[in-house]
Amino acid sequence: MALLSMQNISKTFPGVKALDRVNLDVQKGEIHAVVGENGAGKSTLMKILSGVYAHGDYDGDILFDDKPARFAGISDSEKQGIIIIHQELALVPQLSIAENIFLGNECASNGVIDWRRTNRRTDELLAKVGLVEAPTTKVDNIGVGKQQLVEIAKALSKDVKLLILDEPTAALQENDSRKLLDLMLELKAQGVTCIIISHKLNEVRYVADSVTVIRDGMTVSKLDAKAGLSENEIVRDMVGRDMTHRFPDHKRTPGKMLLEVEDWNVWHPEHAGRQVIRDASFNVRAGEVVGIAGLMGSGRTELAMSIFGRSYGRNISGAVRLNGKPVDVSTVDRAIAAGISYVTEDRKALGLVLDETIRFNTTLANLDGVSSGSVLNRNEETRVAERYRKALAIRTPSVFQKTVNLSGGNQQKVVLAKWLFTAPEVLILDEPTRGIDVGAKYEIYSIINDLAAEGKGVVMISSEMPELLGMCDRIYVMNEGALVGELAVGDASQERIMSLIVNE
Amino acid sequence: MEVAESDTKAAPDVRTKGIGAYISAHLRQYGLLFALIAVMFFFQVVTDGTLLRAVNVTNLLLQNSYIIIMALGMLVVIVSGNIDLSVGSVMGFIGALAAVLIVELDQPVILTILICLVAGGLIGAAQGYWVAYWKIPSFIVTLAGMLVFRGLSLLLLEGQSVGPFPKEFQLIATGFVPDIFPAGLGEWLADLLGARKVNVLALATGIAAAALVVWIGLRQRAQNKAYGIEDEPKSFFIARTTIIAAALIFVMYKLSLFRGLPNVLITMGVLTVIYAFITETTTVGRRIYALGGNQKAAKLSGIKTERLTFLAFANMGVLAAAAGLVFAARLNTATPKAGFALELDVIAAVFIGGASMSGGVGTIIGAVVGAFLMGVLNNGMSIMGIGIDYQQMIKGLVLLAAVIFDVYNKNKQG
Repeated sequence: MALLSMQNISKTFPGVKALDRVNLDVQKGEIHAVVGENGAGKSTLMKILSGVYAHGDYDGDILFDDKPARFAGISDSEKQGIIIIHQELALVPQLSIAENIFLGNECASNGVIDWRRTNRRTDELLAKVGLVEAPTTKVDNIGVGKQQLVEIAKALSKDVKLLILDEPTAALQENDSRKLLDLMLELKAQGVTCIIISHKLNEVRYVADSVTVIRDGMTVSKLDAKAGLSENEIVRDMVGRDMTHRFPDHKRTPGKMLLEVEDWNVWHPEHAGRQVIRDASFNVRAGEVVGIAGLMGSGRTELAMSIFGRSYGRNISGAVRLNGKPVDVSTVDRAIAAGISYVTEDRKALGLVLDETIRFNTTLANLDGVSSGSVLNRNEETRVAERYRKALAIRTPSVFQKTVNLSGGNQQKVVLAKWLFTAPEVLILDEPTRGIDVGAKYEIYSIINDLAAEGKGVVMISSEMPELLGMCDRIYVMNEGALVGELAVGDASQERIMSLIVNE
Repeated sequence: MEVAESDTKAAPDVRTKGIGAYISAHLRQYGLLFALIAVMFFFQVVTDGTLLRAVNVTNLLLQNSYIIIMALGMLVVIVSGNIDLSVGSVMGFIGALAAVLIVELDQPVILTILICLVAGGLIGAAQGYWVAYWKIPSFIVTLAGMLVFRGLSLLLLEGQSVGPFPKEFQLIATGFVPDIFPAGLGEWLADLLGARKVNVLALATGIAAAALVVWIGLRQRAQNKAYGIEDEPKSFFIARTTIIAAALIFVMYKLSLFRGLPNVLITMGVLTVIYAFITETTTVGRRIYALGGNQKAAKLSGIKTERLTFLAFANMGVLAAAAGLVFAARLNTATPKAGFALELDVIAAVFIGGASMSGGVGTIIGAVVGAFLMGVLNNGMSIMGIGIDYQQMIKGLVLLAAVIFDVYNKNKQG
């Protein structure tokens, strides 16, 4: 029996048809996955379902519980039991778990909060989601994985019929993701219907009963997952072509030694006694792609940022050599001048000036390259931006588009363009394909191959092991701030990497 | 909105967009200009032409000169993502310092001016140091500075007004550039235009400035075309350029009918051009926008964000000092109340000019036009005899309306 049926939903933004007669049918008690590339229209569809776009703003019909649903706002859809948990969590960090769960829905009489009842009910809800924390703990003090569970507890407090999770595991580590997915299965057993939006196809396969694939604002297919689905089937429908090769072919012959880091030690910037990186040593050759594997929080980003102009940590010690000679990387501009680039994992917060154009962002790290005597040559800037737009296939009407309007994959290309324009010898790429869709990932991989072919050294930090195995020549394994292993790609496998992490 | 066009669709398509779409995308820039014109037109009518009389146009420029000088520095500070609440007090303090140096200690004018500008720079640097290197919110640091320098002016002047200044110091604010053209030419022009007298230098400067505006506009347009940049429709370009050029000539013509070019207008004009150039076309300017737009990304791009913040405040201090000198010279006396609450007018001008509280957005020209808009409102309402009570309320509402307009526009585009 269908709990939800969205029929022929169309939605137009000025100049763009975001959704074109999309159909989505969700059966009662199932977990339904909605997959599609970034920009395919998944979020728009969910915004229509949750009432962010009110009835009348779109064409088509929604049947919920066999009744026509016409939501004027989020509160309308919540009243019906449709609750959406967004990728960016909507918790107040300064408030306690209990306060967050009952925010706007307090257990109160005449405006006076009944704390005993609040905490008791919180305890019940936390037990349901399997979170062992006191209701009075501040949300700030628990990790992202647990915060996600608090969000779900909050949804359960509202008598949820349909729970929508938008990329719930995007910020979670492997084991937290697993726990969350298991919780979803448990909720299903209790009769809660779920919609999950995800890029991670292995997770979709793990939890989903059926899959709706959306591409370019249209429903492409509805797949039954109970019988078992291959990732290739889903990928084929998502990108509209067969992707038997998820990684572009490459043949590499690493050359001379390029970057050597030795005995690198870093302490936490605030907690003086905490060592974040311990005696890390690694190297990259020209034309080589070296991976750094590890769980989130293992210190990979901290290692990279502390090398790149001491952008992280304090009491940093160790040696950095480039082409056999010691180099000064004590500030960002010196590191750039030495020939090192760091492409951040968080392109929105640390990589781009979002309100500015592609051109502005492309030249930002090398303004001297487009100016003479501190005066910018804006025509030259345009030329440079255009060159990278073509070279990296950044999809945009013009380089004067604000980067905030670009999709994740195109934003990532702009960040790459910025660093390529500094003419680096070594690029450290931190999660270069996070949050971007399959097609764009392939393009980023191709760019990385091209860079290696040009003789640049690439260090690739990634949480996705298949990506490391598919792209790298060598893989370092990092755990708790130390490099605990080094594997040639021929000897590496997901199991071997995991066992190096676990055995430490 | 995610852009999903294929990359074969290159820039030329963009230009075929309709005029309507262009206006709505650039409503802010035109809106400000039209608001200024509308306000001037309104006051011109209701004051029976007093607003644009030669003597009043001259006064309008002199009255707002110190606001505009400080707005230049404030724009930089606000674009960098900070704010400076101390400028009114610093301005008053520098005026007091000048008075003590010249009137009480008999120091030469040139030396006094130098000392005052350096002192302003040091004050700005001292505040910038805490903001930039200690990461103390600029609101707090400059709020403290506002109180400290208000107190210091009182201390320095011992609660009294100090003056008058010697003639040569007063010339900073009240002097006029002598007409370098032969007197005969002025008389001939006066006959031709049916005026009592014409200052040829002022008129010539106006025409030269107008020609420059047209030339720069045409050059920019030709370059945009060559690079396929989204361009404004031709009719708009012609209308906008004509209005600006005509306004320049008109204002200068009015000035030429009175006493010619005020010294302070030259200072103001030169500073405006310099700061517009720095913010728009130099690497330092670009880095300040990046700093305000996303400090972390700027820092990770090799930009020395601390040094830039520090410099923005030091620069603000120098400009506040310059404004203090102009103000004291104009009043011909330094009073402990000088510059009181003036920082609010300066900040309001910058926001009316389209700058964003969160940093990274704003232009020098916008700030200057914003300051003029406030100036015309002040002046027009004073001529009409509207009380200070209503004036304050109206100015407040104009500020609010301008910012609401900004936010509305941004939402609509987002």
